[in-house]
Order: sequence, then C-alpha cells, then structure tokens
Amino acid sequence: MKTNTREFPQRAQEALLDERLQAALGKARGGFVDKRRAALDELPEFEQLRLAARAIKEHTLSHLEEYLLQFESEVESSGGQVHWATDPAEACDIAVSLCRDANAQLIAKGKTMVGEEIGLNEALEAAKLRVVETDLGEYIIQLADEPPSHIIAPAVHKSRGEIAELFESHHHGEGFLRPLESVPDIVDEARRVLRDEFLAADVGITGANMLIAETGSTVLVTNEGNGDLTSSLPPVHIVIASIEKVVPTLEDTTILLRLLARSATGQPITSYTSFFTGPKRSSDLGGPEQFHVVLVDNGRSQMLGNAYRDMLRCIRCGACLNHCPVYGAVGGHAYGWVYPGPMGSVLTPLMIGLGDGHVLADASTLCGRCEDVCPMSIPLPRMLREHRLQSHHDGLMKPLARGALGFWAAIARRPRLYRWLVERKSRLLHRIAGKRGYLRKVPMAAGWTNSRDLPAPQGGSFVAAWQQRQKNEGSGK
Amino acid sequence: MRVALFATCLVDFMRPSVGFAAAKLLQQAGCTVDVPVAQTCCGQPAWNNGDANNARHLARQMIDVFYDYDYVIVPSGSCAGMLRHHYPTVLADDPDYSLKASELAVRCHELTGFLVDVLGVTSTGATFDGRLTWHDSCSCLREMQVSQQPRQLLTSLPGCELVELPDNEVCCGFGGTFSVKFPEISTRMVTDKVDAIVATGAATVAAADLGCLLNIAGRISRRELPIRVFHVAELLAGMTDTPAIGEES
Repeated sequence: MKTNTREFPQRAQEALLDERLQAALGKARGGFVDKRRAALDELPEFEQLRLAARAIKEHTLSHLEEYLLQFESEVESSGGQVHWATDPAEACDIAVSLCRDANAQLIAKGKTMVGEEIGLNEALEAAKLRVVETDLGEYIIQLADEPPSHIIAPAVHKSRGEIAELFESHHHGEGFLRPLESVPDIVDEARRVLRDEFLAADVGITGANMLIAETGSTVLVTNEGNGDLTSSLPPVHIVIASIEKVVPTLEDTTILLRLLARSATGQPITSYTSFFTGPKRSSDLGGPEQFHVVLVDNGRSQMLGNAYRDMLRCIRCGACLNHCPVYGAVGGHAYGWVYPGPMGSVLTPLMIGLGDGHVLADASTLCGRCEDVCPMSIPLPRMLREHRLQSHHDGLMKPLARGALGFWAAIARRPRLYRWLVERKSRLLHRIAGKRGYLRKVPMAAGWTNSRDLPAPQGGSFVAAWQQRQKNEGSGK
Repeated sequence: MRVALFATCLVDFMRPSVGFAAAKLLQQAGCTVDVPVAQTCCGQPAWNNGDANNARHLARQMIDVFYDYDYVIVPSGSCAGMLRHHYPTVLADDPDYSLKASELAVRCHELTGFLVDVLGVTSTGATFDGRLTWHDSCSCLREMQVSQQPRQLLTSLPGCELVELPDNEVCCGFGGTFSVKFPEISTRMVTDKVDAIVATGAATVAAADLGCLLNIAGRISRRELPIRVFHVAELLAGMTDTPAIGEES
C-alpha cells in the first residue's frame, strides 16, 4: 500500500475541512463509545477478564515459537498446511502461488488487516487475479478505490448517501431491487451482487482474529457471515494471519472473545464467530478441498525483544481509535498507511520506518485514553514516547522545533538565568497586553493565536514574589 | 510537616496567584511551605519530545532541589505526573539518581489529591457563588487518579453548584507542544471542549492544570464567551477577585 504518512499534517487539515467526513466521524465516534460503555456496564468482571487476557497473551508471547509449532502441527494433522512468511513480499508470493496452483481467476476475500499490511490485493491483482471484497465495508471502499479508514469499520468515513451513489455508479445496468434508501437496502444490494461472486470464486481468502494452538483452528469474527461463505464455498481457503494471533487453547480464545466484540462494537459477541479447522472431511457436506494458513512475521519477532513487545498483545478491536480525540477529529485516511489511530501510530513507524512514520508518533496529546480503554492494557502512550525518543536521537525532528526546545531546556538548566528571564519576560508580556488580559497575536506562535488568544501573564514571577513576601514578613513589614 | 511547593514553570511565569493560592491552602492545613528558589521546569516538554538528555538533566536538577522535603506538592496533574511516574523511567539508568527518583516520586502529589487524600481536608473556608463546571485534565484523571478529590473540595464551597461536563474524559487538545505542532487539530479539540462547557450553562470552569486552562481560556476569550476560567486552587482559596485567566483587569 502507498505510504503517505509524511503528509499527515496536510491530510489532517483537509480532513478537518471535509464536511461529509466530519459528519460521518461524528456519528461513528459517539456510537462506538456509547455502545462500548453500555456493554461494559453489563460486564462487572471486565477488569478480571482484562487481567486474564493479558496473562494469556504474555504467556503465549513468552512461548511463541512453541505455540506456533504446535499450531502448525495441529493444522497439518487436520489436513491443512502452514506457510511461514518473513516479510510482506514472501507472504504475497505464497498467496499468489497458492492461487496459481489452484488455477484461480476469481478470489473472494474477507476483511484482513494483515492483508492490507502486506499489500495482498495489489499482489493478487498484479498476478491478473480478480479480487472481490466480501465484507460490506471492504466492498464499499474497493468500489471507491480507497484504503480502509478504520481497522474494524473500513468504510466508517462514508455516509449512507455516498455508499448509495457508489453502488448506483458501479452496479449500473444490473438493476436495483429497490431504491437504496436505508441501510437494509444497501446490505441487500451488496448481498445480491456478491452472491454470484461467492459461488464463482476459486479461492477464498480470510484473515483470522485468533489461531488456536491446541486444535489448529483459526477463529474469525464477522457480523455479516461473509467470512463463512468466503471460507466454505470456494475449493481453496487461505487464511492470512500474523504470528501474534496464536493462543494456546480454546478456553483462552473464549476469554479474548468476551473482550473483543465488547471493546470493538459494544456487542456481547459478534453475529458470527467461526472456527475453521482443516479442509473438508469426508463426512462434511461442504467446505474447501484445501486449507492453508500463511503466518506473517513482518518484524513481529523482533518486537518480542524490544520496547514494543506489549504491542503484540493487540487484538485489533479498534477501541483506541474510537476513543482517540485525534482520530476522531481527522479520521483514518489522514494517517496515510494501513493502521490509523494510537495503535497505528505505534505500529506504522515499526513497519515502514521511523523516517516516514515519526510524525504519527507526534500526532498525540499523550492523553492516555487509548491505554485506559484498551482491553489488553497496552501502554500506547509509553510507546509513542519511545518513538519520539528515537526520532530525537536520530535527528528527525524539524530543526526549528528542536532548536526551540533545546533553547528552553538550556535556560531551564540554569536557574539564575531562568529566574532573571522569567521575571522580565512575564512583566514585558503583561505590559504589552495592558488591561485587556490577553494577547491576540504573538510572534512565532501563529499556530496558537490563529484560533485562540494567549492569556497574558499577571506580571512578575511567582517565586520572586514569594521571596519578596517572605522577606517582608520576616522584617515585620 | 515540611512541604515544598513546586509551582511549575507555567504558574511561575503566567499566574503567580495560583502559587499563592496553593501555598495558602497548604498552610491552612497545617503545612510549613517552602518555595525553593532554584526550581525551574520539570522537563516534561523535553521528555515528551524525545529529548532524553535534557529531560535527565532537568530531572536531576529537580531532585537536588526537592529531595530533602517530606512532600513535593504541585498545582498541576501533568507536572506532578512527570515527577511521580516519569522520573523513575527518565533516570532508570542513572546509578546516582535512579533510587532518589523513586524515593522522590512517592512523596510527590498533585495539590487537591494531597489536600484530600493525605491531609484529610474536607473544606477550605472559602465560598463560591454560582454554577461551576470541572475540566478533568488527562494527567489528573488517568495518571494521578485525581478526579473525586477536587470535586469534593469544590462542592464543599458554600454556594457552589457543580455541574458535570459532558465527555469529561476527553482531552482539551492542549498536549503541550502538540497545540503548536498540530494547531488545527488542537483547535478542533478545544472547540469541542468549549462547546461542552457552554452546554453546561456554567459561568465558571476550573481545572487543576494551567496548560489546559490557558488553552480553554484562550479559545473562550477568542469566541468572546462570558465564561470565567480559574485554577482550582484559586477557587478553593477564595481568590475569585483576581481577574480570571485571560480576563480584563
């Protein structure tokens, strides 16, 4: 996928001025937050579940190789195959050659964020395969030729009207069942068009929310049932999953599932929770002839041993996006790569490099709400700060900002000079503001004063005034 | 009990009345208050911008200034959070200071948290007339676990009607240098915050962090809204005769 992270500031500004986007974001933000709140209010054991889930993930990460090998061997015993991919190119090559081996022309695809991460659609299309997205949101943005703007709701930035327009222009000539006036109308229309694709597809590709080591199963949660059709109708099912998705047991899976949907959409559980174990058995009525799992590393095994290890606990619920005031203001596309919001600002620099990604780590007030709502208690602000430390070390900060901060620190490190300057500067600004109490324009601070006044200092520093008062009291004045 | 007041660089520079109010509240509660003259900045701007070297220098300097006191009290959640939660990380690899950083950290408190949790203060003797709303700064709320304490003290003021702010858990968009690096996003966030304040019908908004307050007051002043902005210490010390933040004198 194309990387536009460096343009975050400009893209954010454009997003703030995009009225349609703002309307869509406003609706989505409130909805996700309120629904999660309501779901948690009915789950008094949330904190215990959170601790349990964290312990499961920590344990798994400490024995990651072991559980991945167990998973592989269980997949094989159920008749499937596991493929290991170090990087995106290898993962795409594996997927493409599996499709070629199956003489495939049409690929039905479920939603997979790791698929986005490795640029799977581009690779499949470059191999002259036709790819149809079957998740409604993904289907919408495929028609619009856009990347997802949210990790669980890829088309959250689109209004109903925009979606109806897209369908009208792309399904032209196929004849609508009825005018697309409501959400069910849109869903029905997508279902009508997609049904034939499911039946005609040669390969189904899905992601996975979890991989279960003890059974060799992959777990997928959806609300549309498209995952089931994608995986069971075509003769070949390929699962693309990143390595940290593995958990030891079915029991562990249930704990994570209880947190996932509640944190994501506020549902107690998603409409469909599907477990895929191997290809069709002789006793099965249906199902794929082949079952493949492509395990993608793409830097994750390195994260195991560095400051970003906690990020491997992420279950991709999107709660950090939904509660992030920056994401809520600008939406996902401004971030310029696959993963937006706080989790994205931690992951993106690790995956595309700090040179392109460091601006994302800056785009946070470190308000901490992401960590607060994260069902896996991932310390996202700490890791954003970690990126900032590395950026500063690598000299990636803009020279002017770096200079200004360094200048400030140099003064703060000299208490006498500091005292002298604070005293004079505060009196000066106080005088300039006069009786008004605020400044409307301040040189070098246009960013602040374009929309805000700068309250004026009261004049004179506190510490000096305090000393004076102590002196006066001491001498009985 | 010997208590050092770390006024914070913003209070020192912008609003000495907050420092005097904080000192008054502490003295009223029986503390002997010192204001060490060598205090400057806690180093948070450096730390949040990845400048580890300057953050370490400033943290060591602060520890030298404040180490000998029983408590270090800060009229700011974010600067208190810097001392309490970040200094031990900043100085983790410093053989001379890592232990000191941890020792100082546990003696460092945000002002209202200290008054209520440590000193058991239930009222401050001031009064306040009117409807007030409270802005939870992110660092008070999430880093320092200070949210009920200021509410308790404010509701103890005779005449004070405290109304809750919708979306009180959402950041005001200040974020230190964030407000300068991403001014448009910051503006959008503070605009939402000010809209929420307006919706409460309160004539006064208070918080425990001057950074947030300057941001909110700056936006309120630009929009020429009749809402007064005060630091919580000023209200608790009965200092509402002082012009509010950004207000005409």
